[in-house]
Amino acid sequence: MSDKIFHPAREAHEIFEASRLTGDATLEDLESIRHSTSVYVYQAPVRIWHWVNALAITVLCVTGYLIGRPLPTMQIAEAYDQFVMGYVRFAHFAAAMILTVGFFGRIYWAFVGNSHARQMFYVPIFNPRFWRELLWELRWYMFLEKHPKKYVGHNPLAHVAMFCFMTLGLTFMIGTGWALYAEGAGQGSLPDTAMGWLLGLVQNSQRLHTLHHLGMWAIVIFMIIHIYAAIREDIMSRQSMVSTMISGHRMFKDDRID
Amino acid sequence: MSTIETFYDVMRRQGITRRSFMKYCSLTAAALGLGPAYVPKIAEAMETKPRTPVIWVHGLECTCCSESFIRSAHPLAKDVVLSMISLDYDDTLMAAAGTAAEAALQDTIEKYKGNYILAVEGNPPLNEDGMFCIVGGKPFVEQLKHAAEHAKAIISWGACASYGCVQAAAPNPTRATPVHKVITDKPIIKVPGCPPIAEVMTGVITYMLTFDRLPELDRQGRPAMFYSQRIHDKCYRRPHFDAGQFVEHWDDEYARKGYCLYKMGCKGPTTYNACSTVRWNDGVSFPIQSGHGCIGCSEDGFWDQGSFYDRLTNIKQFGIEANADKVGGTAAAVVGGAVAVHAAVSALKRAQKKNEEA
Repeated sequence: MSDKIFHPAREAHEIFEASRLTGDATLEDLESIRHSTSVYVYQAPVRIWHWVNALAITVLCVTGYLIGRPLPTMQIAEAYDQFVMGYVRFAHFAAAMILTVGFFGRIYWAFVGNSHARQMFYVPIFNPRFWRELLWELRWYMFLEKHPKKYVGHNPLAHVAMFCFMTLGLTFMIGTGWALYAEGAGQGSLPDTAMGWLLGLVQNSQRLHTLHHLGMWAIVIFMIIHIYAAIREDIMSRQSMVSTMISGHRMFKDDRID
Repeated sequence: MSTIETFYDVMRRQGITRRSFMKYCSLTAAALGLGPAYVPKIAEAMETKPRTPVIWVHGLECTCCSESFIRSAHPLAKDVVLSMISLDYDDTLMAAAGTAAEAALQDTIEKYKGNYILAVEGNPPLNEDGMFCIVGGKPFVEQLKHAAEHAKAIISWGACASYGCVQAAAPNPTRATPVHKVITDKPIIKVPGCPPIAEVMTGVITYMLTFDRLPELDRQGRPAMFYSQRIHDKCYRRPHFDAGQFVEHWDDEYARKGYCLYKMGCKGPTTYNACSTVRWNDGVSFPIQSGHGCIGCSEDGFWDQGSFYDRLTNIKQFGIEANADKVGGTAAAVVGGAVAVHAAVSALKRAQKKNEEA
């Protein structure tokens, strides 16, 4: 324990207890909290990924829905001069490719970026204190706790949501999506070589379509919760939320160390 | 093996001229996607190789595969291949019956051990020790296992043998089981469809008899030459799909114009088969051309993919009428509502706290 952040009125283990428990706060972070009340959390590549990803997902959800339930029949021109469904599908595929490249870039950044860039990719399920903190955060959302805690990266609840909906969810959507794309690309194509085995596993493409479609709704539900929680936390918690994903800095509203 | 005649011998005996024989070779080469250089190779193989015996057994099925098979567009394909097969054993088409038929089966197995092809139409039900399908006084599953034991390869004809079809649809009371789940130690080629296209069936058989090997298979064990693309990929209505021009209701103006049947539940985009290229009944038509969507009959569990007339599959776990949009949309609405309530309570709490502090 660095004596720099030792406060004489507190026991050592109480200092920034919550921050340390989330697992990603380094000593430097704790020091930063103490004197600058701002931590540089999200590096530029993470922020760029977040917004590109958000845009791609929005496009994917809208166009994906329209692929499952196409727009009413339009007679703008002869069929050879009209490409409405074609453009909808093109937008879907283009956004999906951007999302895929972005996701791989994000995984790469987990290796070379700062410690916060890694948080989304694992959940410390074997740490009992993580579960206790998760429960605590749940209580905060159930209005059973009066004051929120400080977190540098994701709070435990957000951490689990990020892992399930983004790390696992995006993997699922990218996997099933490319398996579906492989159907049009044809056997022996690169998408088919990479993901075609998934269709072999699910057997019926109609089933694969349904799974991909349900995945979309899971992502939509995540979006609702994510946007609501970000805004709510921005207002009610003790740190910045929305602006952090723009500037990268997590700013803290008080200097209490609990 | 010297006593076994060649394919060519059989054909000539059937009264087929050499000219017709060469036509048949050309047609087969084209159907299999082979170049002109293969025509003499097919001809040579058929002239010189002893014919491969085929045993054709029937389990739980409706005989639509056989019906389709004997309507192969090119009469020669039907006559030639069928006569070669019926020489051995096919309880639907053979002249013999009863004990004589069963003896013929046993003879063929004994005589050509390890050299015959077993063609299976239908599938064995496994519940109640297989009592739901009795052939020659015994459960079909026993005949299947017996015939498969010394087979060189197995052809699973149709959706029944390949995937289970209607008798295996949920809740599958007889536990009808596709062939590859019963026989696991033999090369199996699946030729799904309900029924499969006649030309596809004769093409597959001819390929195996001629080249003495299985055709190239896809991941699901289907011959890649006929099942590597979806109906949708080669559908003549595809331009209307890309244009976003769909039939909205049966018999509307768009239906008369021949627009895409996607919204009417056409399973063309999820079905691998050759209907849109080979077509049916001598190339006359296929379901989509006749104004009805594809029902996906050559896909695994096609009876359990909801209505033939819905684009989105019903997900029965969430109620009979629930599809992905209804399930997902309801969940999203519930979460959205919960978020709104949560936001309201949060605001109230915050106001309350401010009052207390003030």
